[in-house]
Amino acid sequence: MESVFSNITRAPEDPILGVTVAYNNDPSPVKINLGVGAYRTEEGKPLVLDVVRRAELQLVNDKSRVKEYIPIVGIADFNKLSAKLILGGDSPAITENRVATIQCLSGTGSLRVGAEFLTKHYHQHVIYIPKPTWGNHPKVFNLAGLSVEYFRYYDPTTRGLDFQGLIEDLGAAPSGAIVLLHACAHNPTGVDPTPEQWEQIRQLIRSKSLLPFFDSAYQGFASGSLDTDAGSVRMFVADGGECLIAQSYAKNMGLYGERVGALSIVCKSADVASKVESQVKLVVRPMYSSPPIHGASIVATILKSSDMYNDWTIELKAMADRIISMRKQLFEALQTRGTPGDWSHIIKQIGMFTFTGLNTEQVAFMTKEHHIYMTSDGRISMAGLSSKTVPHLADAIHDAVTRLG
Amino acid sequence: MAMAMAMMFRNAASRRPMSPISGLRSMSSWWKHVEPAPKDPILGVTEAFLADPSPDKVNVGVGAYRDDNGKPVVLECVREAERRIAGTSFMEYLPMGGSVKMMEETLKLAYGDDSEFIKDKRIAAVQSLSGTGACRLFADFQKRFCPDSQIYIPVPTWSNHHNIWRDAQVPQKTYHYYHPETKGLDFSGLMNDVKNAPEGSFFLLHACAHNPTGVDPTDEQWREISQLFKAKNHFAFFDMAYQGFASGDPARDAKSIRIFLEDGHHIGISQSYAKNMGLYGQRVGCLSVLCEDAKQAVTVKSQLQQLARPMYSNPPLHGAQIVSTILGDPELKSLWLKEVKIMADRIIGMRTTLRESLEKLGSPLSWEHVTKQIGMFCYSGLTPEQVDRLTSEYHIYMTRNGRISMAGVTTGNVGYLANAIHEVTKSS
Repeated sequence: MESVFSNITRAPEDPILGVTVAYNNDPSPVKINLGVGAYRTEEGKPLVLDVVRRAELQLVNDKSRVKEYIPIVGIADFNKLSAKLILGGDSPAITENRVATIQCLSGTGSLRVGAEFLTKHYHQHVIYIPKPTWGNHPKVFNLAGLSVEYFRYYDPTTRGLDFQGLIEDLGAAPSGAIVLLHACAHNPTGVDPTPEQWEQIRQLIRSKSLLPFFDSAYQGFASGSLDTDAGSVRMFVADGGECLIAQSYAKNMGLYGERVGALSIVCKSADVASKVESQVKLVVRPMYSSPPIHGASIVATILKSSDMYNDWTIELKAMADRIISMRKQLFEALQTRGTPGDWSHIIKQIGMFTFTGLNTEQVAFMTKEHHIYMTSDGRISMAGLSSKTVPHLADAIHDAVTRLG
Repeated sequence: MAMAMAMMFRNAASRRPMSPISGLRSMSSWWKHVEPAPKDPILGVTEAFLADPSPDKVNVGVGAYRDDNGKPVVLECVREAERRIAGTSFMEYLPMGGSVKMMEETLKLAYGDDSEFIKDKRIAAVQSLSGTGACRLFADFQKRFCPDSQIYIPVPTWSNHHNIWRDAQVPQKTYHYYHPETKGLDFSGLMNDVKNAPEGSFFLLHACAHNPTGVDPTDEQWREISQLFKAKNHFAFFDMAYQGFASGDPARDAKSIRIFLEDGHHIGISQSYAKNMGLYGQRVGCLSVLCEDAKQAVTVKSQLQQLARPMYSNPPLHGAQIVSTILGDPELKSLWLKEVKIMADRIIGMRTTLRESLEKLGSPLSWEHVTKQIGMFCYSGLTPEQVDRLTSEYHIYMTRNGRISMAGVTTGNVGYLANAIHEVTKSS
């Protein structure tokens, strides 16, 4: 019998995850994986935070725990604590009960559920996203029913923010359009607005009644401080306006595979927030009924305990510091080699990724000749570097730039 | 440095007056027009139950298993698997398509341990967010690649099936299934609808333990359905949420699927571990699509992944680890099979007791269907008004379609339940 799906063609490999596939197939002993954004230790190993292990053991030893369905919106404690984490414990939005928070499947899930809610209930179905942005963003929004427009963000000549372009493009957006903002540690460029620039962006967005949708995937991971990295979000919420926020615990708690995140919708009033929450449930139910219990239980356990929370902030800062140190080391290594070009963006950019400015030809060269794996846009994951491997990377960059400059 | 940045944020915010946006505080919400959503008919029942202070209250609403003390159960095999997993996992991302190990074992359950389709790699499979997630991914896949198709859904069905295909924007049609007069299968109605559907239609079938009615076709009826499907070139999508839970024997419960496979159909299957492994909250399941050959299976899987990536990127790890730990260890697997049988047997026992109790009370109605129906649910035949009376007068909670979750019935409450049902129906 013929299949009803015989006409289907094979989908292309995911560009980001495909890098790891290629890396795994390379037999070279000096290969480095700077592709996917998962943290690695100095020894190049994945890391499970100590505080996460403690929470895990606490959970497994608690005989009273069951595996029942959790509510459609997820674990209540988890939701409250997640809102507090991003907005700050003293946020009026929280004390006034104006925030609807729904546990979702990491950042991706939070974005998708938020976007589907907007398609159903918001009058504008266009979302402006920065150029460039995480490769999955346009797909998430398109499948949710939103159309995607781009605003200028990265300036290749300065390897920094194209602030003028950003202001112009958002200034030209239709009133009420949704705007995707990376809360900190922009992926893939590592380029963030300064606090002054954020303030100007905020004013522009509010004056045009644009709706901000924050993607917060690196809180605490960028600067090492949870509060600092939430600065942009809190600035917007402080003006009393509405916004959506997608939070992920994949990186800052190392819970990648457990898919833990939260969608918060900050509303004008408690009554509205309650109605909004009820409607978000109708988005979730036909998608997966209710979110997974395990990862969120770990997070709630940690955030609830002041000891564990403090220990977490220390481990988080250690991860952020190691990455900052890798930036410094790579920059210095390139200086030492006299590699042509200005490489200061390596230490100016923030977060897990550096947008090197290397072109696809140079990237391909580095992969072929030096077994360095990164995405073809020249993005490298600093988390994949160690003091031992920095020299090899610096040599490879130097080689690529001098031979194919 | 962090302190300085934080200071800069605070200063930047306060440096400029809020005046261009001072009107912001008086601006209305974007969401004022949003209506409160209706409560989910199934999950809303448990909410109401929890809010009831009566010591006599009974929850036979949502389909989650309870032991004879009315307590939720974590299977021993699951506890052991968790003990082995704790402290060992690196929590890295699973591939978009999920845990390969988990899926290998899962496909064996549905297709058979020695399935030629598994050997020939003809099955495109992805780990899904339990049964809901599998159905939704399939619905999205159907919409994308067979955009002109519709889905035929049985009457009645799990209410969320309608939501799933609606949100995937696949138009729905219904087919006859439940026969209220006999409280059994409307077989001729079903066959008629299958015959009259346009060639190549997509049908949703419950593999076993139909939810909410508990009414399943016999093997012979399944064979006839399969033959007619063949003649009409229909696509069969099986939702199998209760394998092992219905009869106590997983192979037996997969019989409908095996019949279709023998007849050469290229089917789709949604599998869930929510009930049969008690992993409800872990959200672990599998969507599979049988293809013509290995090449097509790779293709179809790649496209299923493209639908999962913008929904949640990759599926959750923990539940999948529990499943592969159990099914990958012969001792644990054997323990699991025992525990599933215990759950199924307890439910079958409660069906018998409930029926006998009602007959002993001298009910004028027939309660034969209570023992004929199978799986977690009994479609009692109670009207919404009778259900409302059970709730308001007896603090018994069930969905208004008269569906009783037998898993919520215990030796402790079956007498009370029978009595209450008798009271509201004796004058019918």
